[in-house]
Amino acid sequence: MSTRDGHAIEVTDLTVAYGDHPVLWDVDLEVPHGVLMGVVGPNGAGKTTLVKAILGLVRPAAGRVSVLGRPYADVRRAVAYVPQRGSVDWDFPTSVLDVVQMGRYGALGWVRRPGRAERERSLEAVRKVGLEELAGRQISQLSGGQQQRVFLARALVQDADVYLMDEPFQGVDATTERAVVELLRELRAEGKTVVAVHHDLQTVPEYFDWVTLLNVRRIASGPVDDAFTEENLRLAYGAPLGFLGRNGRPPEEGLVSE
Amino acid sequence: MTGVQLEIQAIAAVTAAACALPGAFLVLRRLSLLSDAIGHSILLGIVLAFLVVQELTSPFLVVGAALVGLLTVVAVELVRGTGLVREDAAIGLVFPALFSLGVVLVARYTDSVHLDTDAVLLGELAFTPFDRLVAGGWDLGPRALWVMSVILAVNLVALLLFYKELKLTTFDPALALALGLAPGLVHYGLMTLVSVTAVGAFTAVGAILVVALMIVPPATAYLLTDRLGVLLGASVGIGVASAIGGYWLAHALDASIAGSMAATAGALFALAFLFAPGRGLVAAARRRARQRWEFPQTMLAIHLLNHEGLPEAAVENRIDHLDAHLGWEPAFAREVVERAQRRGLVRSDGAALELTDRGRAGARSSLARTA
Repeated sequence: MSTRDGHAIEVTDLTVAYGDHPVLWDVDLEVPHGVLMGVVGPNGAGKTTLVKAILGLVRPAAGRVSVLGRPYADVRRAVAYVPQRGSVDWDFPTSVLDVVQMGRYGALGWVRRPGRAERERSLEAVRKVGLEELAGRQISQLSGGQQQRVFLARALVQDADVYLMDEPFQGVDATTERAVVELLRELRAEGKTVVAVHHDLQTVPEYFDWVTLLNVRRIASGPVDDAFTEENLRLAYGAPLGFLGRNGRPPEEGLVSE
Repeated sequence: MTGVQLEIQAIAAVTAAACALPGAFLVLRRLSLLSDAIGHSILLGIVLAFLVVQELTSPFLVVGAALVGLLTVVAVELVRGTGLVREDAAIGLVFPALFSLGVVLVARYTDSVHLDTDAVLLGELAFTPFDRLVAGGWDLGPRALWVMSVILAVNLVALLLFYKELKLTTFDPALALALGLAPGLVHYGLMTLVSVTAVGAFTAVGAILVVALMIVPPATAYLLTDRLGVLLGASVGIGVASAIGGYWLAHALDASIAGSMAATAGALFALAFLFAPGRGLVAAARRRARQRWEFPQTMLAIHLLNHEGLPEAAVENRIDHLDAHLGWEPAFAREVVERAQRRGLVRSDGAALELTDRGRAGARSSLARTA
């Protein structure tokens, strides 16, 4: 359904405002196919809003978004979404496997119930994120890292071309973080495009090959080597940035991670 | 049991079952109070429809009530959307306005017919069998039984068809929206079911007790299960049990049937609140009591493991040194050691303490879990 021409995601002149308070000002953004892109910026920079605007979850005041060359509504099934962990009620009476299966609901469409095929696919994704022993567990009994992996598995069963993730590393332990990075790289190796809101500047060069710096306006976007510079970071986070290392790379310690 | 008694119980049971289904989703969406609002404001819809059609049994009354029910939801949403008041205050502002308008209209324009405020608020279950549905000279049974059975059937069919949509839009509306499973549409669909169910139920149990039947059984079931399907089934079961139990309670006490039904539902909730396995107060208290002794035993095992086989073990791993090293009262330390010995975690050789294989494995897995 996707074409390899053009970009995976194209955002043109996007302005989003709550009332007359702008959250994103005239943002232009092009995300090429097959990149693993981190979106970084200070608190209130509009990172989550950008992801939500791409997904049509917030209405832009101006501007256009296209995914795989089409309006989002036409390519819903080619896009998977990993929301912030805090966005749902984890006391909801449901199991790990059941939540993962929800990733298939879009492909099923209205009324059709998930069957054996959906179940098996979901089990496979649950195994892939290492939760097979917890598949029947009620979701409130999971740790933060396990909950994040449930969301990832749910995105995997969507079998999308573009993955949009809102802070997939938030509140997870080191083991989960490594496992998640590994999964993201696998997705990239399969030619998928991944966009992840990220908080920890220190790990940007290691985890991502493409980066967007955001602070209400787009500060920079491109390959990490070009865009993730001291100058751009200063523009995004405001001066002075004592924690930055010499070559634009942050030093080993003392880094803010918001 | 007389036929009338049987009919009253059947009406009560079907009403309770019909209320529990949409009610379960209200509870899960944390919108329980919306049922209270809708239960009251539909009075306005019924009165307005009655003023137009001048007939108390017209199906248009249901339509009018459902429309005002939806109006309530929309108005609450609008008031909340201004950002000037919060959701609970928005509910508290909207429904008294609509309800009071309904009460004024009832008093002003409908005094010649049987639509009085008491009946609206409290229902009159005992009289429902006397309003029969008659077709072609045949007595088909109480009208209320037919009405509520149809509403129950509608709720069941809607639930079976849109189970997955209701589940996803309740659990994660953002994903539902992203996937194109319109959560707004599902929300208003659910609210229509709530409104229609409330209209049907209020002739039997009144506007106030509709809330009890919609919210209390699902809230009880919520304490008893981790599965949505089981929760829905249990809600219906608890609702029906409240209806039948309430009927016989009213019979024994010579009291209001609807009031007794709500009281029974409340009593069942109290039972679950106290005794639900895992979540009830008693289970929580027992868990705390157990943990009070389990956690110190784990600490003891980890302490012994840390110093095991090292030169200092002879000093550290002694019962008479635990008070100094772990900061425990001597009596507490003795109790912990005794319990650990009884569970086969620790061996003692005089005052020297040693881990058993089981204790060592336990300590290692406790450490691994926190790493």
